[in-house]
Amino acid sequence: MIIISILLLGILGILMATILTIAHKKLAVSVDEKVALLTKVLPNANCGACGYAGCENYAEAIVKGEVEPNRCPVGGKEVAERIAEILGIKIEAKEKMVAVLTCQGGIEECKERFIYDGHLDCKEANIIHQGMKACPFGCLGLGTCVNVCPFGAIKMDEKKRLPIIDEDKCTGCGICVKECPKGVLKLIPKTKLVYLACVSPDKGKEVREVCKVGCFACGICVKVCPYDALKMENNLPVMDLEKCIDCGICYQKCPTKSYVDKVKKRPYALIDTTCNGCGECVKVCQFKAIEGNPKERHKVIIEKCVGCGECFRVCPIKAITMVGALGYTQKVI
Amino acid sequence: MNISPVKVFFASFLVQNILLMRYIGLCPFFGVSTRISTSFGMGLAVIFVMLLATLITYPIYHFFLIPLNLQFLRTASFILVIASLVQFVEMFLKKSYRQLYNALGIYLPLITTNCAILGTTFLVIDYRFHLLNTIIFALGTGLGFMLVIILFAAIREKLDYAPISHSFKGYPIAFIAASLVSLAFLGFANLFGASL
Repeated sequence: MIIISILLLGILGILMATILTIAHKKLAVSVDEKVALLTKVLPNANCGACGYAGCENYAEAIVKGEVEPNRCPVGGKEVAERIAEILGIKIEAKEKMVAVLTCQGGIEECKERFIYDGHLDCKEANIIHQGMKACPFGCLGLGTCVNVCPFGAIKMDEKKRLPIIDEDKCTGCGICVKECPKGVLKLIPKTKLVYLACVSPDKGKEVREVCKVGCFACGICVKVCPYDALKMENNLPVMDLEKCIDCGICYQKCPTKSYVDKVKKRPYALIDTTCNGCGECVKVCQFKAIEGNPKERHKVIIEKCVGCGECFRVCPIKAITMVGALGYTQKVI
Repeated sequence: MNISPVKVFFASFLVQNILLMRYIGLCPFFGVSTRISTSFGMGLAVIFVMLLATLITYPIYHFFLIPLNLQFLRTASFILVIASLVQFVEMFLKKSYRQLYNALGIYLPLITTNCAILGTTFLVIDYRFHLLNTIIFALGTGLGFMLVIILFAAIREKLDYAPISHSFKGYPIAFIAASLVSLAFLGFANLFGASL
């Protein structure tokens, strides 16, 4: 009996192993070597932000030459470069983008018009009279973006009922932007520091009635911007990304604080003793915050300095440092 | 056991549903039933593998194990055969039917030695079915699995939005919901006089 059972199981095992081995050889699917390599390089998050169903499909399309390898916003420049290296071509990488919330109207700032106790889903709430928020353009805060984010980069601030986006986790795939029924999520370059956080095209009076932090189109930011980067369109200032240098003056002067400045506390410039008074910084400072005679050490008027870092970048002998903000690295600016 | 195939079908499909009445195969039931689309794919894969597994184990049991008086080897030999078979089918699909592979592919390895599959192959033996009833039973069980997992996925999609107290969120409420659905399925008892 022992021998029979050993024989039976043994024969079964050998039989199955033989079948599988033959199948492995006969039914081998020839995967293009390059596709396999590219799939390894790609993030394999299968988010679909490139426009293909998954990373493997995208890799196939790249190898076939249908698309450029810089379509993956998740991997960004690094992945695009490695793909180009494998394929032996040159590409320009896409700028790394992150999603930001362009609405600051939490439960305190923007009251609810009625009690919504339906499904906790923004799209469904939006169907009922454009949602329960007093501002018809504001974030509903029911967390559709939290649920759709494939990278777990969005969390809900339960106190304010506004989503918080973790920039380190955000890959800029744009799924939340597509899913948000209010269109309050936007993709901006990761290096961008200042942006307007209001989307209401309503006139000033209407905005003031419903929201404490909404932009009521006073136009102060347009006037104070020294780089001429802002223009008023549809009761909202529109930023020209080419001209804006993220100085943050619009944020500082905005009466409702409708802007967001990612630099929590702006530093100020400090000119040390090595300054030879070349005057480059005076030319570049749009806020007239640097003064001094030629060939002498220049001085920064701290009250006027907005901490944009232009002088720091332009100084030929690196005599300027940005100081006064805790935990603030000069790389940011 | 001589019993009409219609009764076998309804018994396996509804009356003694494998998930809700027998409580076998709970890991895919709770693991994959979060979205309707994935549970649909899982259901298809289970029907497919269940039919194949019962078809291959039936002759092994009746033509090898019984004559040699080695019934106690059924667990080991069935697992071996089913796992290899599913592996083979996966390779075959990958080569020949790419579309089908893309739809079922990720679920196939998950259910190679799933308890629902193995349980079904044992049940048809314990009930002493002939071949036709065996096939009907496997088909009915697979369909029952698919029906319940899709129904339950729909419930769980709604549960995501329901205001559930913190300690019950996730699996606890899913288990409670499963038991309630199971109670509902008790209503099928003795449907067409079908019970095994």
